[in-house]
Amino acid sequence: MKQRGILVRDFSHYYGQTRSLNNINLDVYRNEILGIIGPAKSGKSTFLACLNRLNDLIPGSRVEGKILIDEQDIYGPEVDVVALRRKLGMVFATPVPLPLTIYENIVFGVRLLGNNNRKELDLIVQDSLEKAGLWGEVKDRLHTSALKLSGGQQQRLCIARVLALKPQYIMLDEPTSGLDPISTMKIEDSLRALKKDYTIILVTNNTKQAARVADRTAFFLMGELVEIDETPVVFTRPADKRTEAYLLGKFG
Amino acid sequence: MGPQLRLQPRTEQKVVQFLMYFMTSLAVLVLVFILVVILKNGLPQLSLEFLTRNPADMGREGGILSTIVATIFLTFIALLVATPLGVGTAIYLTEYTVESRITKVIRFGAECLAGIPSIIFGLFGFILFVNKLKFGWSILSGGLTLAFMVLPTIIRTSEEAIKAVPQAYRLVSFSLGSTRWQTVTRVVLPSAIPGIVTGVILSIGRSIGETAAVIFTAGSALRMPTSLFSSSRTMSVHFYILAKEGVSMPKAYGTAAVLVISILVINIATYYLMEKYIRRKS
Repeated sequence: MKQRGILVRDFSHYYGQTRSLNNINLDVYRNEILGIIGPAKSGKSTFLACLNRLNDLIPGSRVEGKILIDEQDIYGPEVDVVALRRKLGMVFATPVPLPLTIYENIVFGVRLLGNNNRKELDLIVQDSLEKAGLWGEVKDRLHTSALKLSGGQQQRLCIARVLALKPQYIMLDEPTSGLDPISTMKIEDSLRALKKDYTIILVTNNTKQAARVADRTAFFLMGELVEIDETPVVFTRPADKRTEAYLLGKFG
Repeated sequence: MGPQLRLQPRTEQKVVQFLMYFMTSLAVLVLVFILVVILKNGLPQLSLEFLTRNPADMGREGGILSTIVATIFLTFIALLVATPLGVGTAIYLTEYTVESRITKVIRFGAECLAGIPSIIFGLFGFILFVNKLKFGWSILSGGLTLAFMVLPTIIRTSEEAIKAVPQAYRLVSFSLGSTRWQTVTRVVLPSAIPGIVTGVILSIGRSIGETAAVIFTAGSALRMPTSLFSSSRTMSVHFYILAKEGVSMPKAYGTAAVLVISILVINIATYYLMEKYIRRKS
């Protein structure tokens, strides 16, 4: 029996007057990779921003409905947003290393909690980089600027930086959109390995990527969830005509 | 239709290029001219004695040590007050509010403040600090007046510097679980430092060179200042009095040379340090 980690119920999101998500209902199971596909402006990124409440930062952002994460209503009055964001680590489309060293990028979130114990930080850095598949490439230059890494390395650094938070969920927003095939493959490999310990939500505009790594796939279109099912089902026997049309490349 | 002056595009290009070149050279030439005049007349006056002795006989004899000390103190107080105020205002305007009528009013107010002639600041400082608060003609009154004078510059440059920090840095910082204040102190300010420092240096330059605002508030006593409440004379005021009252032109040029050289040194030193800071970060 699969355990449900995230429950989204009748959830809508608005930017001012514009509705960006319309009545979404879906569950995310623990230790699965949920792929979210859909064309631009379909609400995929907004959905992620609603899960860790990064949407709070946008003036005019408003929500309806409920999102329960580990049985907690994340829009409830007693929610600690900072703790929520640590629980749901986020990797953005463009790799954004902070203008710090590799080491300081990784421990950024850990230091925020006031943990400055050198030995612990060292361990966290090595552990996170190993899990993100970057340790071997950077272990001799941890104290050089992260901006000097290649694009693919920077994105794995961003994944390691999220892992250092010890999150339970990892959300990735088109993490390989700017990367070459080999870097993409490395990141997909890390994701498969990470599934053991984390629940992963992978937004991608590359349907083949969802087919390769996602256990289940959700198709978003214009702010609506068209369908969600086991990945092979969505790709071979989609329930909705629009899904089929999108997968066949009839629009996008 | 009268006869028209028509130029070949190629000729036009050459003419324009020449004009640009001419105008740029003119601007540089003015700077060089000022430097040459000041240094030619002032450098011969400079000696260890000039820098290490207090003025005597109203400035006809001796050096300018007390005015150097007064200038340093005044500038130090001005920046000590204006930097936190200005950077704080800039942080508030950029990170803690959304654009609204209030932020526009604050920004407009700061800009108006920047356009006020410095002698009006002098008058304001005289009324408020010297008389009302009874600080008298003093280093403190002068420093506070200068602080208000340079405040708009610091607000403006800090705001620009903070706005130039990529929004993605803030998003990443928040997504890693930082509070707004942690984002400001750990991500935004470190990236904005070079721009903020530029504003502070501009302000140092203005403080050192300011005469009108200071003569009303810090006074013109030639003694070595001994406390915050000492009346004292800065280098620029000293220069003004020496030249205006015809006390001693050679000493006036000497003072001017020290002023110009110190501003140059401060600029060069800080840009060098900034370069190093930026290189270390990237």
